[in-house]
Amino acid sequence: MKIIIVGDGKVGLTLTEFLSQEGHDIMVIDRDPKVIENVVNNFDIMGINGNGANYDVLVEAGAEKADILVAATSSDELNILSCLMAKKIGTKHTIARVRNPEYAQQLHFIREELGLSMVVNPEFEAARDISRVLRFPSAIALECFSKGRVELAEIKLPENGYLAGHRLSELYKICKEKVLVCAVQRGEEVFIPDGNFVLRAGDKIHVTGSHSALAAFFKSIGMFKEKSKNVLVVGGGKIAYYLAQHLAESHVDVKIIEQDEERCLHLSEMLPRATVILGDGTDPATLQEEGLADCDACIALTGIDEENIIVSLFAQSLGVEKIVAKIDRLSLVDMVEGLGLDSLFSPKLITANRIVRYVRAMQDSGDSDMKTLYKLVNSQVEAVEFGVRVDSFYTNVPFKDLQTKPGMLFAAIIRHGRVIIPGGNDHLEVGDSVIVVTNSSGYIKNLEDVFE
Amino acid sequence: MNYKMVAYLLGRILLIMAVLMCLPFLIASFMQEETWLGFLIAIVAQLALGLACSARKPKNTDFYAKEGFVIVALVWVLTSLFGALPFYLSGEIPSYIDAFFETVSGFTTTGASILNDIESLSYSTLFWRSFTHWIGGMGVLVFVLAVLPKSHASQSIHLMRAEVPGPQVGKLVSRMRGTARILYGIYIMMTLLEVVCLKAAGLPWFDSILNAFSTAGTGGFSIKNASIAAYNSAAVDYIITIFMLLFGINFTLFYLILTGHALQAIKSEELRWYGCIVGGATLIITLNIMPQYNGFWDAFRYAFFQVGSIITTTGFITADFAKWPDLSQTVLMLLLFMGACAGSTGGGFKISRVIILIKSSFRELRQQIRPRAVTTLTLEGRAIEDKTVYGVLSYLSIYIVVFVVSHLLVSLDQVTYLTGFSAVATCLNNVGPGLDAVGPVENFSHFSNFSKIILSVDMLAGRLELLPILTLLSPMTWRRR
Repeated sequence: MKIIIVGDGKVGLTLTEFLSQEGHDIMVIDRDPKVIENVVNNFDIMGINGNGANYDVLVEAGAEKADILVAATSSDELNILSCLMAKKIGTKHTIARVRNPEYAQQLHFIREELGLSMVVNPEFEAARDISRVLRFPSAIALECFSKGRVELAEIKLPENGYLAGHRLSELYKICKEKVLVCAVQRGEEVFIPDGNFVLRAGDKIHVTGSHSALAAFFKSIGMFKEKSKNVLVVGGGKIAYYLAQHLAESHVDVKIIEQDEERCLHLSEMLPRATVILGDGTDPATLQEEGLADCDACIALTGIDEENIIVSLFAQSLGVEKIVAKIDRLSLVDMVEGLGLDSLFSPKLITANRIVRYVRAMQDSGDSDMKTLYKLVNSQVEAVEFGVRVDSFYTNVPFKDLQTKPGMLFAAIIRHGRVIIPGGNDHLEVGDSVIVVTNSSGYIKNLEDVFE
Repeated sequence: MNYKMVAYLLGRILLIMAVLMCLPFLIASFMQEETWLGFLIAIVAQLALGLACSARKPKNTDFYAKEGFVIVALVWVLTSLFGALPFYLSGEIPSYIDAFFETVSGFTTTGASILNDIESLSYSTLFWRSFTHWIGGMGVLVFVLAVLPKSHASQSIHLMRAEVPGPQVGKLVSRMRGTARILYGIYIMMTLLEVVCLKAAGLPWFDSILNAFSTAGTGGFSIKNASIAAYNSAAVDYIITIFMLLFGINFTLFYLILTGHALQAIKSEELRWYGCIVGGATLIITLNIMPQYNGFWDAFRYAFFQVGSIITTTGFITADFAKWPDLSQTVLMLLLFMGACAGSTGGGFKISRVIILIKSSFRELRQQIRPRAVTTLTLEGRAIEDKTVYGVLSYLSIYIVVFVVSHLLVSLDQVTYLTGFSAVATCLNNVGPGLDAVGPVENFSHFSNFSKIILSVDMLAGRLELLPILTLLSPMTWRRR
């Protein structure tokens, strides 16, 4: 597909990487010639130096025949204008990044009345992901399928835990719950395991199941943690604002530490239920004073990755149960690998994933709809949810009679709202949702791709 | 340096070259010529080395500008080494150095030959000689990019930059493979068109195809001892002149015309300079040589052909311009240095670089008179970055250094000053004929082996625009850090 990306900042660059790997024709527009030079040198794409809301520039980029335009510059207004222009010139779908909370309420209007296909708000998405993890702190990260009916949790197996040394086929005997381990990360390597796979301490495993099954699973292996009730947020940016809103709704106590006075005033005005503290969140005395040691969770959301890491390490030393940190530079994630910080997230990655999912779903007109897509383990693994739309060669045939390609795993089937963890005797029906986990990134576009 | 990746890509390219060499092999077997064995040995050698290098795909597939340069330079050296085998093994060129010179001259589309009697060669050898022009014209790697499946494509721009001539290299469409396919598509279509035109003008199929190959690559190998003059037909002269000039145009413009932006293509600044230079030079030479020919149009025919042949760095000849007045020879020498448009199959310094040089010189002059004036240089209606101007200036200085050093080394051969100077000039610019002892009706066989190797390196350096070959020779490239 022909895709135009306007603005090659953090999100734009991540998107360029993902989408060019998937083999789309990509045109990048950016104002800074250096950015263009860099991106053209590193990816198989074409770059144009100019303003993405300029008619001539858009025409030169081929907006007339483009399938999708993604506007991800730092300015919301420019993004919306760029999408409107492209839409009028002839681009089929437009996606804008709109992050200002003042516009958050009118996203529906922007989509419906202005004709944008999708509006993404990275900070909002990130806040939603964090609040999800806080509800289930045992997991490092948590993704949802089918409106939360199925969850995909990532956990790290502790030293001398229950599971280490066991085959996956013995899992049911140990915990008596229907859950499925669908991906295992061991050091640099990633496995899509089968029943004979033996777990080791230190493995990061991805488990799918319904919420209650996962909770029971964690209890049985002694890793269950109660939902966080008392959260300390360091840094009062947009994510903190959205997160506090989310958490206040589910009656969680939120304390935000922010060093800018005006911002504090603004936050306290917008978030009546949260406690806003004026102070330096990287100062240990301030953190101690605000009772970091007694919190259930510490969320580091300052604008500087390094500060977030240090605050998290400090919280870890105080024994805070759940620690979440925002890291934008993905290279840093590898560097802090051994430090025990697990719940690291990057808003740009979350946004890029959402857009990639949209693009992937767009191009497919086969027999199945792509509903959800998550990239896991540094994008080495994908978990994709499909809806089965029509009868095909794979429907109503037990899995044991079907030949799937290597590295593909059916993680769960959702039929009439019930979750089935599939075995060899299960089959697919029209109307089912099915979750496929694979280690060949960017490959599966519809269900047919899964089978030989 | 990612040596494994370099070796892997080289292996893949050798495999493709082996496949391409099957064409002359088939011709040799079909015509029952004795050259088939030479081709077969060369094919097997390339297959073996290619398979050995590309058997295992390296884990780390990253490559950057440095690797791009090294791969391009090595590819050209390797393909020339292997491409020379059939000439040597068949015994038609008894010395391997001579065969190497001839192959380099073919791939770099120079057209300088060491052969005294071309017409005695076998059909398959003649075909391979002209076919090297055709492959080299658009570039070996561009071809590889067009046919390879999409993989390690991310940084392939480094490969294209190193091979496609011109100060600024961009893609036509966002995917590299698409760009390479469009370029080759245009190239093939235009070659076919020329074959048909030449056939219509009365040439046999074999001559039409081979001369079209040589024109398309702006090479200049002919299959007759007297070059194109052997056909003695005004129609053939004009067809070849026009096609030489067409292949000297930036291929981006053809793409613009194909996609319905003909107006934009015609407005191209470089194209207009190119037209003016060709027109002006033809007019001067026509008037200058008129006394030697029968009237204006006869003189025009020869002047136009020689101008088209030299400015596009093809090197076909229909007249011995060494016998022309000095003014005409000087004009031709200037054209020889100037070369064709950037992004074409022609060699030389490239017209867009000349434009940038002239404009920046004028700016410098203006700055002396009005020190506070702020000016921007523009080319094709866009501002040229200082980096590009700087790049052109340093290209010029490197060019001069390479030229002077080669000239000194070739002078060891006891040739006249004009012979040495024009031999280096014609090789470095990928033209073919020079003046004096390497003039239009002479050849390069009288040089020593040492000079032949120097001139071969010059041809390669000229075709790849100096830097890749210099990168290859620089010890800095091969250090790990």
